Amino acid sequence: MFTIREYAMPETLDEAYTILKSRKGNQILGGCAWLRLGKKRINIAVDLTKCGLDYIREGDEQIEIGAMTSYRSVETSDILKQYFNGVVADSVSSIIGTQFRNTVTVGGSVYGRFGFSDFLTPLLTLDTSVVLYKKGSIPLETFMMMPYEKEIIEKIVIKKDGRQSSYQMFRNSRGDFPILNLAASRTKEGQWIVTVGARGPKAVRAEQTAAFLSEKLPQNAATGETVEAVIKEAGEILVSEVTFTSNMRASAEYRSILSKVLLGKAVREVMAC
Amino acid sequence: MLVHIFINGEKRKVHCQPDAMLLEVLRDAGCKSVKCGCDTTNCGLCTVWLDGKPVLSCSVPAARVNERQVTTLEGIQDEAEAFGKYLVGEGAEQCGFCSPGLIMNVVAMKKELDHPTDDEIRHYLEGNLCRCTGYMGQMRAIRQYVDEEVEA
Repeated sequence: MFTIREYAMPETLDEAYTILKSRKGNQILGGCAWLRLGKKRINIAVDLTKCGLDYIREGDEQIEIGAMTSYRSVETSDILKQYFNGVVADSVSSIIGTQFRNTVTVGGSVYGRFGFSDFLTPLLTLDTSVVLYKKGSIPLETFMMMPYEKEIIEKIVIKKDGRQSSYQMFRNSRGDFPILNLAASRTKEGQWIVTVGARGPKAVRAEQTAAFLSEKLPQNAATGETVEAVIKEAGEILVSEVTFTSNMRASAEYRSILSKVLLGKAVREVMAC
Repeated sequence: MLVHIFINGEKRKVHCQPDAMLLEVLRDAGCKSVKCGCDTTNCGLCTVWLDGKPVLSCSVPAARVNERQVTTLEGIQDEAEAFGKYLVGEGAEQCGFCSPGLIMNVVAMKKELDHPTDDEIRHYLEGNLCRCTGYMGQMRAIRQYVDEEVEA
C-alpha cells in the first residue's frame, strides 16, 4: 500500500521543481493509475494539474503534447490523427477503457518507460523528443536509456517530417496489456525505423532490421513478391537481434514468432500509405 | 487536509488524508452508488464524472479534485432512470453491482458520441466489466437507449 505524507499542487513548474528537489522522497504524480499497485512511501506528492501541461498543439514543424495530457485526448485528437498514418492516436485506443484513458497522462507513461507500453513503441519510430524542465530537449531513444531522475517532463515534441508509420500489437483480449507490439516507419528519404515493445523489457529499436529494410525497400517500387521476400528475411534479422522474454502472458518463443508476423503487417501497411 | 469538492453541484468541505482516493471520499460523503470493485483501475465499477468526463475514482487522488466538479449516479437520477428502464426491460442485470458504473459511462458516452455504432459502443465501454450477464442484454438496452434518444 502506498502512502503520501503531504500533497502539493504548485501552479508553476519552477515551484514544482523546487518542491520536488527539496526533500528526499518527494515525487511527481502522473495519472496515478498504477499508484495503488505499488508500495511507494511518498513524502510530498507533487501534482502538476495546475501547471498548464494539458494540451496538444500543432506548430509549423512539430506537434507538442503536454505532460498532463490524457491518453483519451491523444486518442481523440484530430491533430494526431492527421499525421504518421494516425499511429500515435491509434496506439493508446485499446488500453483498458475510456475512464482509464481519461486518467492516464502522457508524462506519467513516458517517465515510467513501462515495458508493456503501447504509447512508447510508435513514438520511438518518429522523431520524438522529451522536454525536461531542467535538462531541456532529449531524444526519446536517449531518454529511454537514462536512469530515473528527479526531473519534470514538460512535454513531448514530434517532428512533422512526413514519415509514415504503422503500429501493430497483439493482445489476448481487448483492453488487456499487449503481449507484443511493434511499430515501423519510413521517412520520405526511404529510411526505416523498427521498434519492438511489450517483449518483456522496455521497447527497443531494431537497428539491423531497419537498415535492411532501408536498403531493400526505400521506396514503393518493389513488386509484391519482392516485398514478401524482404519481409521474410527482415523477420529473421529481427528475431536474431531483439531479445524476448517469457512471462505469464506469453513465452519468449511465442513472442519471437509473433514479432515476424507483426513486422510483416507493419511493413505492408507502411508500403500501402 | 481540507479539500473543497463540488459533489453533484453542491460544494462540500472534505477532510481527508493526502493519500485518500476519490472513491473513499465520495462514499464517506454519502454517495453509496460509487462501488469499489477491483480497486486497481480495471473494472469500471467506481466510475464517476470529473468535470464531465468519466474517470475511475479508485485511481484519482481526492486532493487532485479540489475545486472541481464531481458527478455520481446520485446526481443524474433522471438520465439514470431513462436508461435503467431499458436495462430492466432487457433483463440486463443480475447482481446489479456493476450497474452504477455502467450507467455513468453509458450516459457519458451518449453525451460524447453522436450516433455510435455497436463497435463504437463496445469500444467506449470496454472498461466496464460485468461478471454476470455476458453483456448481450446490456448491449440491447444500450442500443435502444441510444436509438430512442436519437429519435426523440
